[in-house]
Amino acid sequence: MTDQTAYNFAYLDEQTKRMIRRAILKGVAIPGYQVPFASREMPMPYGWGTGGVQVTAACLVPEDRLKVIDQGADDTTNAVSIRRFFQRTAGVAVTEATAEASVIQTRHRIPETPLTEGQILVYQVPIPEPLRFLEPRETETRKMHELEDYGLMHVKLYEDISRHGQIATAYDYPVKVEGRYVMDPSPIPKFDNPKLGGNAAIQLFGAGREQRIYALPPYTQAISLDFDDYPFAASKADHACDLCAAPDSYLDEVITDDQGSRMFVCSDTDFCASRRAAGHSGPMGTPSAGADEE
Amino acid sequence: MYVAVKGGEKAIDAAHAWLAEERRGDTSVAELSVAQIRQQLTLAVNRVMAEGSLYDPDLAALAIKQARGDLIEAIFLIRAYRTTLPRLGVSTPVETAQMAVCRRISATFKDLPGGQILGPTFDYTHRLLDFKLAAEGEVPAAPTAPAGQDAVPHVTTMLNRDGLIQTEAEGNATPPDLTREPMELPTSRPLRLQAITRGDEGFILSMAYSTQRGYGRTHAFVGELRIGTVAVEMDIPELGFSVEIGEVELTECETVNQFKGSKTEPPQFTRGYGLVFGQTERKAIAMSLVDRALRWKELGEDNTGAPAQDEEFVLMHADNIQATGFLEHIKLPHYVDFQAELELVRKLRREALAQAEAAE
Repeated sequence: MTDQTAYNFAYLDEQTKRMIRRAILKGVAIPGYQVPFASREMPMPYGWGTGGVQVTAACLVPEDRLKVIDQGADDTTNAVSIRRFFQRTAGVAVTEATAEASVIQTRHRIPETPLTEGQILVYQVPIPEPLRFLEPRETETRKMHELEDYGLMHVKLYEDISRHGQIATAYDYPVKVEGRYVMDPSPIPKFDNPKLGGNAAIQLFGAGREQRIYALPPYTQAISLDFDDYPFAASKADHACDLCAAPDSYLDEVITDDQGSRMFVCSDTDFCASRRAAGHSGPMGTPSAGADEE
Repeated sequence: MYVAVKGGEKAIDAAHAWLAEERRGDTSVAELSVAQIRQQLTLAVNRVMAEGSLYDPDLAALAIKQARGDLIEAIFLIRAYRTTLPRLGVSTPVETAQMAVCRRISATFKDLPGGQILGPTFDYTHRLLDFKLAAEGEVPAAPTAPAGQDAVPHVTTMLNRDGLIQTEAEGNATPPDLTREPMELPTSRPLRLQAITRGDEGFILSMAYSTQRGYGRTHAFVGELRIGTVAVEMDIPELGFSVEIGEVELTECETVNQFKGSKTEPPQFTRGYGLVFGQTERKAIAMSLVDRALRWKELGEDNTGAPAQDEEFVLMHADNIQATGFLEHIKLPHYVDFQAELELVRKLRREALAQAEAAE
């Protein structure tokens, strides 16, 4: 806690937070639109979630309870590092329970437990521009958004279908927000896409290196791009969780030996642990959630 | 039996402790002091100040020590520290024509007012390892001469008297600040110069080199290269005049570039400009070449499609802190994305194999 005196609450100075809050408000007012903001150099590298960290820093108040996940888990190294950063610089309470958190910063997942009104979900975004890999120039892609010219994206999806028989995008799957902007949901698996639209929580997206913030206000429509004859389908490994037996959660595949054995476990560690605490048990788990104690 | 990955926190603590120990190295060898780094690894300190965009040799030396000599890591430390500093004010533009030069050369004129001063340069050293340095030998004092009293005017100013070189637009407008506003494209020249001066030395060097090899050739001569200290002055509103608050060492390079004229301009020379903190000659020369290459539009030249003419390409990829962060982040966990890809590839393979079987 000694750092609290050396730095402002949540690290950033108030002027910077105000600048970020303005960008967030603009983003909320124009769902899916990428708002340029003067991203600061943070004490962690670009690519480690500097955009998300700045958005979280601008949102946090001392009463908040923060949860940080990476790949769905609270204990991945970078999630630990970011959680610690805010414990040091903001002194806020932290939690691993999705339902108890007022602010959740995430990388690559949306929690399985449905979010509620009043919660803020902050995404770390590497490349905010959904059209970037179709058109590398920012000057061009901004024009395409202005003109609502998304033909290139549909051509790409169509080419996928003609080549592979289906849309060959498994994560980072683009959505159209309120019938206007095509938006990059950050590299979440497309399994999570249906949770983007109509969500009760505020969803904020921060891209530090690319200096962009965008947002989905609560209950905003976000539709995964598809075709009438090739509808979007959320997909996951065709298993149930080996620890908690959840049939409907997103799973990580874990290689358990060099003979090809593998097991499937929930990527959302809080979801899995609370199911086991509630007595659910998969073929390799124990209902007491004791399997992952240190 | 699988045990869900836990212990990230412990692992991080242990890694940091190990790192600190490795940084110190063998404790039977004397520890390096920050003052030693500042005094004896000056060019590394200069690079860290230039690309860190913060003129503070002591902090730059500290960053180099903390980063175990990894200069990009040191630049990163300085940048992250710089973010937290309040803006107390803005200096008046520094007058490089008034620079107290320790080095000043021109490749375009044999002699010129103010003279050529070679200064402390590697240029004509033979690159032979000096094994005496391994034995910590004392260095004999260098001969000295009284400082010249003559003014040292810019070469380009002298050329401009005859209208031979393009006149730069004057203006009192406050230049945009890359670190306080998001970069918007297309940019202006002040913003480009700002981005290049803090850009990665290696990247700017290679971009400049590519123009010399024909990718956006600009026919550059070093009109003048000067290194020295300039006074930094600040207007103090309460006093009503400006006060010198310190001095900084700068390297300035102005290239003189051939220009055959365009539809609107008669043939004359044009300039590229480089200005970098500290003695950072390679960077300043490279900067002036890249600056000149990026000016094709305002000078009415053709865009030949060369990388160095492409402002979006150059500016979006020049920053080594952005580049190294994004490059290295791919070592962070991506197993959620990878799992999604794994399922997709399995599905595609299943369907491809089924189709192949059906075809037989």
